[in-house]
Amino acid sequence: MTAELLRVRDLAVSFATEGGTAKVLDRVNLTIGRGQIVGLVGESGCGKTTLARSILGVLPRNSAQIGSGSIVFDDADLLKVDPATLERTVRGRQISFIPQDPYGSFNPVFTIGSQIMELMKWKSPELNDRQAARSGWLPRFHGRQRYRADRQRVLEMLAAVQLPNPDAILAKYPHEVSGGQRQRLMIAMALLTEPKLIIADEPTTALDVTIQAQILKLLRQLATGRGVAVLFTTHDLGTAYEICDRITVMYAGQEMEEAPSEGFFNRPSHPYTSRLLRSLPSNDGGLVGIPGEIPSLVNPPIGCRFHPRCEYATEICCSQRPEPHDVGVDHVVRCYHPVTEKPKQAVQ
Amino acid sequence: MKFLVLVVNRCLWFLPTVLGLMVITFTISHLIPADPIAAAAGENATAEQIAALRVKFGLDQPIYVQLYRYVLAVAQGDFGISLYTQRPIVFDIATRLPATLELTFVAVLIAATLGIPLGVLSATHRNSPLDHVLRVITVSGLAIAAFWLAILFQLLFAMKLGWTPLQGRVDGWGPDSVTGFFLIDAVLMGDLEILQDVAAHMILPAATLAFPAMATIVRFTRAGVLEAINSNYVMYEEAMGFPRRIIVWKYVLRNALIGTVTQIGLIFGILIANGVVVEAVFDWPGLGLYAVSSILQSDYNGIMAFAIIAGVIFIVVNLLVDITHGLIDPRESR
Repeated sequence: MTAELLRVRDLAVSFATEGGTAKVLDRVNLTIGRGQIVGLVGESGCGKTTLARSILGVLPRNSAQIGSGSIVFDDADLLKVDPATLERTVRGRQISFIPQDPYGSFNPVFTIGSQIMELMKWKSPELNDRQAARSGWLPRFHGRQRYRADRQRVLEMLAAVQLPNPDAILAKYPHEVSGGQRQRLMIAMALLTEPKLIIADEPTTALDVTIQAQILKLLRQLATGRGVAVLFTTHDLGTAYEICDRITVMYAGQEMEEAPSEGFFNRPSHPYTSRLLRSLPSNDGGLVGIPGEIPSLVNPPIGCRFHPRCEYATEICCSQRPEPHDVGVDHVVRCYHPVTEKPKQAVQ
Repeated sequence: MKFLVLVVNRCLWFLPTVLGLMVITFTISHLIPADPIAAAAGENATAEQIAALRVKFGLDQPIYVQLYRYVLAVAQGDFGISLYTQRPIVFDIATRLPATLELTFVAVLIAATLGIPLGVLSATHRNSPLDHVLRVITVSGLAIAAFWLAILFQLLFAMKLGWTPLQGRVDGWGPDSVTGFFLIDAVLMGDLEILQDVAAHMILPAATLAFPAMATIVRFTRAGVLEAINSNYVMYEEAMGFPRRIIVWKYVLRNALIGTVTQIGLIFGILIANGVVVEAVFDWPGLGLYAVSSILQSDYNGIMAFAIIAGVIFIVVNLLVDITHGLIDPRESR
């Protein structure tokens, strides 16, 4: 058993669009250690969600295409595992998911309880691997004893995510509970199957700012307590700083820098991340943007995709993408000209 | 609680809707510039005889008095006397209504049991050969006229292949009438032979009616499934590894059915209208056939009775649809 839980290497994913083929992921690397909380940070459209969905194996069937690379999870390359096995033994059971939109991610016409129990019927930790791997085409019964055990688990978990009155909530329909409660339910469902990894795709974007902090604290506390690793995508650096052990920054379909949170915020090495940190609103009221705009993914710049906006760019940046190299402990950057000076202003 | 309010609310609307229907039917039929009395009295009637008949049927009164009397009578179950057969219309209708209802129910049942699964398959296999074949079938289902399809079926299955009877509802007397629904009556009698005969008579007219209905159901189910399948909850269910079968046939289908159920309500109305033609072709002794003869004989009371009964059936079915909606979609009822 390796120390790494998930290792994405050279993953390339493209989408067929009306304007042509969009190269949404360009040979992306990502590493998640066991029990680690990793923040995947980037602007909208930088490929965070595509990367998250690639790991889950639920890219849109007809438009997305995986060009190359590997996604090694627990020593098995998920891209080489057959889809049926992925569906039965990996998704939900070993890797679970917290969606961005707690409003639309519950099925509106079934009670919350019936949806949670459906999850438990197929993914309960009470099932052993052989039972879980059985074909979904055969009729299957929950079994009275297991149902009771599962329901007990569910009630305990709802209490753990601090939902009042778990019994009553299970009998309700999704539209009858608040957004914050729904996201707590999503966290509960993600933890219930005792996975090794949770993929949380911007789990707080749709919520009120006041609730965001509570939910994040809860997620961090529960995941750390159970030793579950979390891949947390966000466009908000502050949020990432609060809960992540490690940060990976993406720009236009390329990962730029991977580093432990402390190292990242104190000594950002990639020109993009450095400028990103400088562009945070500061106490003296200044706002510094990054000149230029996000490139098109159909015709992306060759080499480092940030080079048209980069003040340090040289010829080689425009022809070949830099390989990752270490600039500190566990601190990897993909740049020919990493920034060495400390930023003028650290976060918080 | 909200569900109860929904049911009561819909039921309260029932009476005003029926009243409106009666006023419209009555007005339209009295605006037709034909003189039913003259027709009923015959060619050789004198002016005095016609006038006497007019008084007898109350047609000498102003139209609003006639309307008032008519509504009162209908409320008591009296649709008047057929100008042609001289019998109370209620009797005529009572013997024919079950035949039409049975035919319509069977047609809807066929249309739904075939149409819903086919609609789901056509959505999950979008743009596959199966989807294209189904598209051709559904478009023809919507485009082909019922009377033409009926004759085509008769020519092929009854005349050429001889698999089914040509027309009628049963050979001989049929089962002892308990419900008036021959399929049920035959089962109640426990007579397999009659059941078989009744079913054989039922197949062609029911298939003719069911075909366009099935086409509509396929198209609406397909659209509903496609919409649901692109939703976030399906993405979530997939990400959590729910079996595909469960996602499609349980979670997606129930959402898609909300639209399909509405369509089934509307289809009922279309089937009653199509039934007039189909019953005429297959000589099916139902309301439709009665309506056709009433029209041919300018029998006011008969035509109005048909329009009102058909309307009431339609309203009742849509009342049931609204209630079913509340049962399927908790957002309406809770």
